[in-house]
Amino acid sequence: MSVLVYTESDGGKFKKIAQEAVSYAKGIADMLGTNVTAVAINAENVSELGAFGASKVLELSNDSLKNFNAEAYASIVAEAAKKENAQVVVLTSSINSKFIAPLLAVKLDAGYVPNVVSLPESASPFKVKHSVFSNKAFSHTEIKTDTKIVGLAKNAFGVKEHNTTATTEAFSPEISSGNVEVVSVDKATDKITIADAEIVVSGGRGLKGPENWGMIEELASVLGAATACSKPVSDMGWRPHSEHVGQTGKPVASNLYIAIGISGAIQHLAGINSSKVKVVINNDPEAPFFKAADYGIVGDAFEIVPQLIEKLKEFKSQNA
Amino acid sequence: MKILVCISHVPDTTSKINFTEGDTKFDTNGVQFVINPNDEFGLTRAMWFKEKQGATVHVANVGGPETEPTLRKALAIGADEAIRINTVATDGYSVAKQLANVAKEGGYDLVIGGRESIDYNGGMVPGMIAQLTGANFINTCIGLEVEGNNATAVREMDGGKETLKTTLPLVIGGQKGLVEESDLRIPNMRGIMQARSKPLHVKEAVDISNETASIQFEKPAPKGAVKLVDNVEDLVNLLHNEAKAI
Ligand SMILES: Cc1cc2nc3c(=O)[nH]c(=O)nc-3n(C[C@H](O)[C@H](O)[C@H](O)COP(=O)(O)OP(=O)(O)OC[C@H]3O[C@@H](n4cnc5c(N)ncnc54)[C@H](O)[C@@H]3O)c2cc1C
Ligand SMILES: Cc1cc2nc3c(=O)[nH]c(=O)nc-3n(C[C@H](O)[C@H](O)[C@H](O)COP(=O)(O)OP(=O)(O)OC[C@H]3O[C@@H](n4cnc5c(N)ncnc54)[C@H](O)[C@@H]3O)c2cc1C
Repeated sequence: MSVLVYTESDGGKFKKIAQEAVSYAKGIADMLGTNVTAVAINAENVSELGAFGASKVLELSNDSLKNFNAEAYASIVAEAAKKENAQVVVLTSSINSKFIAPLLAVKLDAGYVPNVVSLPESASPFKVKHSVFSNKAFSHTEIKTDTKIVGLAKNAFGVKEHNTTATTEAFSPEISSGNVEVVSVDKATDKITIADAEIVVSGGRGLKGPENWGMIEELASVLGAATACSKPVSDMGWRPHSEHVGQTGKPVASNLYIAIGISGAIQHLAGINSSKVKVVINNDPEAPFFKAADYGIVGDAFEIVPQLIEKLKEFKSQNA
Repeated sequence: MKILVCISHVPDTTSKINFTEGDTKFDTNGVQFVINPNDEFGLTRAMWFKEKQGATVHVANVGGPETEPTLRKALAIGADEAIRINTVATDGYSVAKQLANVAKEGGYDLVIGGRESIDYNGGMVPGMIAQLTGANFINTCIGLEVEGNNATAVREMDGGKETLKTTLPLVIGGQKGLVEESDLRIPNMRGIMQARSKPLHVKEAVDISNETASIQFEKPAPKGAVKLVDNVEDLVNLLHNEAKAI
């Protein structure tokens, strides 16, 4: 028996969501009275996962897996789950985790619940709380199969430190790699992605045109944030589609979300609601976003944002 | 090429979400149902394959009779035939089993689903169909070309995108990018008239099982009021000292 967690890495280094997923897996393992095994593909220093509660790490290094391959990755996690006799498999809400999850569910004949926001409410029956209706509600759902797959929502549990000693074990299962081949990858390596960012700075139609995004980018760079935008902004081609956030765009679950010149339409809010702290800058005090935000300034973005950049630079130099 | 587009019948994005019967059922009172937005992008791409490459396009939904107007809308947009698998779908895995069965029986080369449905946000049905039928699978698909038995797809990933090469049979989880917003079609009168006489087959469900069961719903706690400030200095202080966000 064990709780298995798939840990994602980028360029050999574990992502923060991997640390969070291990912390969460440890929480479940404690409830079930068992241990956490992590499976890591092409990652370095894998024993560091002990610091988040893993007792064992199954380690796989394989050049042919350098590019993500959902079928291959799913088959590795499935083999690991069988080997470890896992009752629960923990994944995250990253795009790649959500690609693997349904394949894995069929391979293990396991019930799968995504977007889980807290530890199971009970172990038997195994009941989890997860967001549904694009964050407008939660469902308390029972997973009835012997093996259970949960996809943890980002930033829902947090990274928790433990001082478990993790043993490592080389793992070389039979891999089914399917018939999907990567031709080319187009990835900006110097930019913080919306998925990984702790802070997201987002601009809407209130910014009037693409030529005004300089201050948005500068604000993002001062904060070490990713940039995002509302749907009409990407529809009009002011910004790339990859920055479109909301119900029909990317979800945002950052620590801080700063919305500038965005009205706060229901479809926009649905996608960003699970961010912890929301700030709005808008010159219309009636903008619906003020009802959803934690902090707000009513004012002209073209005045406020440059001031905010200056203030933050000052703050950063004092708090460096 | 035979294409099956999986259509999830979902509350319009502006719907107020409420529950009844002790928070165990979604309250459909006053709710307008639509084609799941991700599926509309997929259906529109399928229309392109039909018009440019002579593909046949069928649409399918797993649900009760109440979903038929949504299927008729898909027919009005241009699909050739519709299939409704008559069961109240309550779990993504069981929906996938029904659709996998339809996909196998119908010998479809390409199954187009959405990245996720905007109601239960499962994000699982297309991948499960692929795995159950042994087809290739590409999720978060934002571009698709098919030439004979070969397909080239673009997929969105964290921080970028990648181009993939694969073969039919193929299942995709699609989203905006497959076609643009401006390519979406509003059914015209002729389409609506034609849709009335297009076949809508009702099939009984096979192998109903539920791996998961929703026990109860809950709405998020109401949010506290916004704190308004009138200068950036206060904002920075609050974000640092109170919210601990910077
Ligand atoms: C099916 C469907 C799905 C959708 N999905 C999404 C989605 O995923 N994401 C999304 O974002 N939208 C989505 N939308 C669109 C959504 O309904 C809104 O139209 C959109 O979010 C509005 O974008 P906006 O806030 O940038 O623009 P607007 O609503 O035009 O708001 C601009 C705001 O800027 C303010 N402003 C103007 N000038 C200034 C200034 N100088 N300084 C400060 N503020 C200023 C205005 O007061 C206003 O509040 C969807 C719609 C539909 C129908
Ligand atoms: C508690 C609960 C109550 C429900 N009640 C009802 C109900 O009363 N009536 C009803 O009809 N359904 C009902 N459903 C089913 C629900 O609408 C979904 O069809 C099913 O749960 C799959 O959702 P998902 O979020 O996992 O789909 P996802 O995996 O997110 O969907 C991805 C894609 O799969 C395809 N897809 C998903 N569902 C269907 C479907 N049903 N038919 C065809 N293609 C589909 C679409 O292409 C969609 O874009 C209920 C579900 C739950 C959990």
